[in-house]
Amino acid sequence: MTTTRIGLRQRLGPAREFLRGHQSLSITFGMAIAAVVLPLIVLIPPFNGFGTQKDFVGGFADAGVFVLLAIGLNVVVGLAGLLDLGYAAFFAIGAYTMAYGASGYSGLDTPFWIMIVVGAFVAAVFGLLLGAPTLRLRGDYLAIVTLGFGEIVPLVFLNADTYTNGTNGITGIAQPSLYGLAGINGFGFTNPWPYYITVLLIITIATMLVYRLQDSRLGRAWVALREDELAAASMGINTVSTKLLAFAIGASTAGLAGVFYSAKLASITPQQFEFQVSFTALAMVVLGGMGNTWGVILGAFIVYEIQSQGLHQLDAFAKSLHAPPISLGPITLDLSTINFINYQYLLFGLALVLMMLLRPEGLFPSRRRREELHEAAAEVEATAADAVSQT
Amino acid sequence: MLATLPAAEPETTQLLEVRGLSKSFRGLRALDGYALDLRPLTIHGVIGPNGAGKTTLFHILSGFLRPTSGTIYFAGQNITGSPAYRVARLGIGRTFQNIRLFGELSVLDNVKVAMQRQWPPSLVATLLSTPGFRRRERELEAAALELLERVGLARRRDQLARNLAYGDQRRLEIARAVGTRPRLLLLDEPSAGMNPSETQELLALIRRLRDDLGITIVLVAHDIPLVMNLCDRIQVLNYGKLIAEGHPAAVRANPDVIAAYLGQARRA
Ligand SMILES: Nc1ncnc2c1ncn2[C@@H]1O[C@H](COP(=O)(O)OP(=O)(O)OP(=O)(O)O)[C@@H](O)[C@H]1O
Ligand SMILES: [Mg+2]
Repeated sequence: MTTTRIGLRQRLGPAREFLRGHQSLSITFGMAIAAVVLPLIVLIPPFNGFGTQKDFVGGFADAGVFVLLAIGLNVVVGLAGLLDLGYAAFFAIGAYTMAYGASGYSGLDTPFWIMIVVGAFVAAVFGLLLGAPTLRLRGDYLAIVTLGFGEIVPLVFLNADTYTNGTNGITGIAQPSLYGLAGINGFGFTNPWPYYITVLLIITIATMLVYRLQDSRLGRAWVALREDELAAASMGINTVSTKLLAFAIGASTAGLAGVFYSAKLASITPQQFEFQVSFTALAMVVLGGMGNTWGVILGAFIVYEIQSQGLHQLDAFAKSLHAPPISLGPITLDLSTINFINYQYLLFGLALVLMMLLRPEGLFPSRRRREELHEAAAEVEATAADAVSQT
Repeated sequence: MLATLPAAEPETTQLLEVRGLSKSFRGLRALDGYALDLRPLTIHGVIGPNGAGKTTLFHILSGFLRPTSGTIYFAGQNITGSPAYRVARLGIGRTFQNIRLFGELSVLDNVKVAMQRQWPPSLVATLLSTPGFRRRERELEAAALELLERVGLARRRDQLARNLAYGDQRRLEIARAVGTRPRLLLLDEPSAGMNPSETQELLALIRRLRDDLGITIVLVAHDIPLVMNLCDRIQVLNYGKLIAEGHPAAVRANPDVIAAYLGQARRA
């Protein structure tokens, strides 16, 4: 059993080496496979019973928004070790930037493709503005400040109603346009495909850039900072500016996600950016495996699909059982009346608690954490080599 | 004719000049009127009983603590109160008494973090993964490996730092500090927890750092034989005050020192 696995690994060795050496290529390749496979999977049972392919593809595009959020938050929390509890604020800023840049409300009609860059930039600026005074704070204080920021931003959008239309939010946000390019079907409510492809492209590029950063001077500085701030400073790392960069890059990713989200929904309200969004993104990062971008992408996708699809199906399934109500003294448990969606944050919480107890490194731990598990073997080898070199 | 030439001039330029350095922690004088003239290429020892203020001194010299009073000149530049990262960039490297490696990074990456400042970055080049960026990464890796060879850790390059044996962790910490290309290296109890053979290797390593790389060294140690063996000059601290200074043999014979420190060590 083990021998065949080793054999397989050796045979795959050169391919793995190649993919590791050509990271951007393997990311593109992986994303392309996902792009093709996902819409096909939903055509087979049981998934085809849950909705049309179009519904699913639209759902995947929405999932992509959270995947982007998780990628960005992972830079801040997973790589640089800065606990940001108000990440949705930057998402909101990106979304409102799009709403001002191209909607009936503002009267402007800036192309979506430009707004992506503008939204990312505006969010990054806010990231710097929030980060500059607060990143000197120790971890727990930073968590509280970001929590506050996450609360304030939607409140501002809610209460500054002269400029934001308050609770009603902004409607009539322009959808992206390809300007009839190559006769491709345009973006629209009835056609989710262009959104799906666009968000996959954005995710692919974001993933490439994050991997490049991670394996660069900046990425190593982030991890060094996360591991030991004093030691990092003694290496000549300017801890404040390094943290600021992580914060700004994380914020810009959220801003970008916000622009896409806004353009896809065509209308936004402040209530869409409350604490639950920050919490969900954080849960995705933790569940996926902090510090590992691929893991975080998968984690975000799985969590989103459970939230948007799984729980509905669980409801339907529970009802279809026609189980008789169980009486537990004062409480009566009737499966057919439970609305699992109402319990989603309870379930999230339980999943996180279980995770911390059973698999604190996340579902898909980063390469570094995984290496720890193989450490014992490496140790034995090294000692053997020692013995050889000494004789 | 020759005798009148100012031949001694370069010798009198000090690498580090410390005057009247004091530090109080809520009334406790951890360091009191410390002074030092450090010539380039010396190996200088600071000894003293527990709580004498040795680590406090290192924290101040490396910018982690601000002194209550006093001045520090490094290579002619006033660095008093400069933040730690700036002091590090100016050329003072250090290790920590309680090892502070980047535990979740590999041995190689620990050294890369230290050396990467010598390969100037560009965010744009990184994001585009330009050939220049990739070449710099390769050069950095080669340099980091070379340094690991020097301290005998090359074979452990892919291990996580926190899984190293204790003696190896101490050596990696020194390698990491050397990686920042310091002119002055502060070693806080580098031999703590090492066995005699590891200590001998360490002694040789420290000498090589000075002789081959031209690094001036200040070290704190409780291991008196090591200090006596290695150091050109010694200072003795007790309750934050300097009580003796000079050649190892002279310091060893100083009755104050015997009373304050060596006596205590002998009793223990
Ligand atoms: N941050 C601090 N706050 C308050 N007191 C401190 C602080 N750091 C050190 N001290 C005190 O200052 C004195 C000197 O401490 P220091 O760590 O410099 O001693 P040391 O000579 O390095 O001792 P050791 O040989 O045990 O390492 C001690 O009494 C210590 O308790
Ligand atoms: Mg000490």
